[in-house]
Amino acid sequence: MPQIAQLAETWSSQIFWMLVFFGFIFFVIGRGMVPKVMATVEARDQQIAKDLAAAEAARAAANAEEEAWRVESNRQRAEAQAVVAKAKAEAAKASETRLAKANAKIEAKLAEAEAKIAEARSGALKEIEKVAAEAAGDIVTRVAGLSVDAKAANAAVKEALNA
Amino acid sequence: MAEAAKVDPMHQFTIQPMFGTEHWQIAGYNIAFTNSSLWMAIAAVALLVFVAGGMKRELVPGRWQMAVEGFTGFIDNLLAANIGPAGKKYVPYIFSLFMFILFANLLGLVPLGLVGAHPFTFTSHFTATGVLAVMSFAIVLIVGFWKHKLHFFSLFVPHGTPVVMIPLIFAIELVSFLVRPFSLGLRLFVAMMAGHVLLEVLSGFVINGINAGLGIGPVVSVLSFVLMIAICALELLVAGIQAYVFALLTSLYLNDAENLH
Repeated sequence: MPQIAQLAETWSSQIFWMLVFFGFIFFVIGRGMVPKVMATVEARDQQIAKDLAAAEAARAAANAEEEAWRVESNRQRAEAQAVVAKAKAEAAKASETRLAKANAKIEAKLAEAEAKIAEARSGALKEIEKVAAEAAGDIVTRVAGLSVDAKAANAAVKEALNA
Repeated sequence: MAEAAKVDPMHQFTIQPMFGTEHWQIAGYNIAFTNSSLWMAIAAVALLVFVAGGMKRELVPGRWQMAVEGFTGFIDNLLAANIGPAGKKYVPYIFSLFMFILFANLLGLVPLGLVGAHPFTFTSHFTATGVLAVMSFAIVLIVGFWKHKLHFFSLFVPHGTPVVMIPLIFAIELVSFLVRPFSLGLRLFVAMMAGHVLLEVLSGFVINGINAGLGIGPVVSVLSFVLMIAICALELLVAGIQAYVFALLTSLYLNDAENLH
């Protein structure tokens, strides 16, 4: 077993070179390079965490924006509906009044026309009565040779016409 | 060929001085640059190249950077899980420990024998693993006494121990604590050595079986070869597991030092 057989001659060399090379590794690699490698990892982790936080914040902002937009659009829609309703009501009212006005006008005209018609009719009737009475008087005079009193003729005609 | 077929499974662990055998000394102690030192250097350079490849520091990592960050993240998680937030400062040490052992174990398994070179697994020497184990243990002691002063000794008296039992429990806990550096270093050394010996023995079977000519020999060779392939896979697993176990136990011991119980 060379480990034991050569112990006396080699132990000092083994220990010395072990310390030299392990010392080199510890101070140059372990102390010099490893912290830099780990700092890189750390920086990357922080960068990722920062980016994630930023993305989260952006998402929250977008959500808030959307919510605000929804509220705003709801408000505007309600406003628009109110305006439409108001306009509708106003229009209905206006047309109602105009209709009423027109109705009244028409009714007035109708009444006037009816009055005129009635007047004309009564006028015409009177005329007819008058003409009929005269005609009746004449007829009686001619047929019977009787002279009929105008008043009596009138009454007779009226009776006959209104019967 | 029949002579050379006698495979010595322990030969692979022999340390061969490469240069500086005579003159390189510190206070009388020899510090010759050996094949073991060479493979430590190779592991260190390979690790340097590996980590340097992951130093591009890009926001979106490439494959190599991803691999390096995977290892640092793995060690970071290990320490965070075992020690907590205070474990962050041990990342450089545990990372160095884990990666150095891992690279050493894996490089020792590279089949360079095919091209005539001889890979050397320095983690199969307790003189090497012992240095790492003693270092880990020393850090535990320093941190423990630095943070908790003499209160650190309360580590040896678990909560709820009846007063009568305290001396006995204290002695047992103290021994189990003092055994830690040995178990830490020996576990790695034994695991690596056992695997390499097993592979070497089996390869000896393969060679001897072929040399035995027709008959049962080639059957043994084929079976041994199949077994070798399976054990190579197992050894790759062991290489990773032993590095992980070393790092995990060190972090558990550091947890004792940081948080007592």
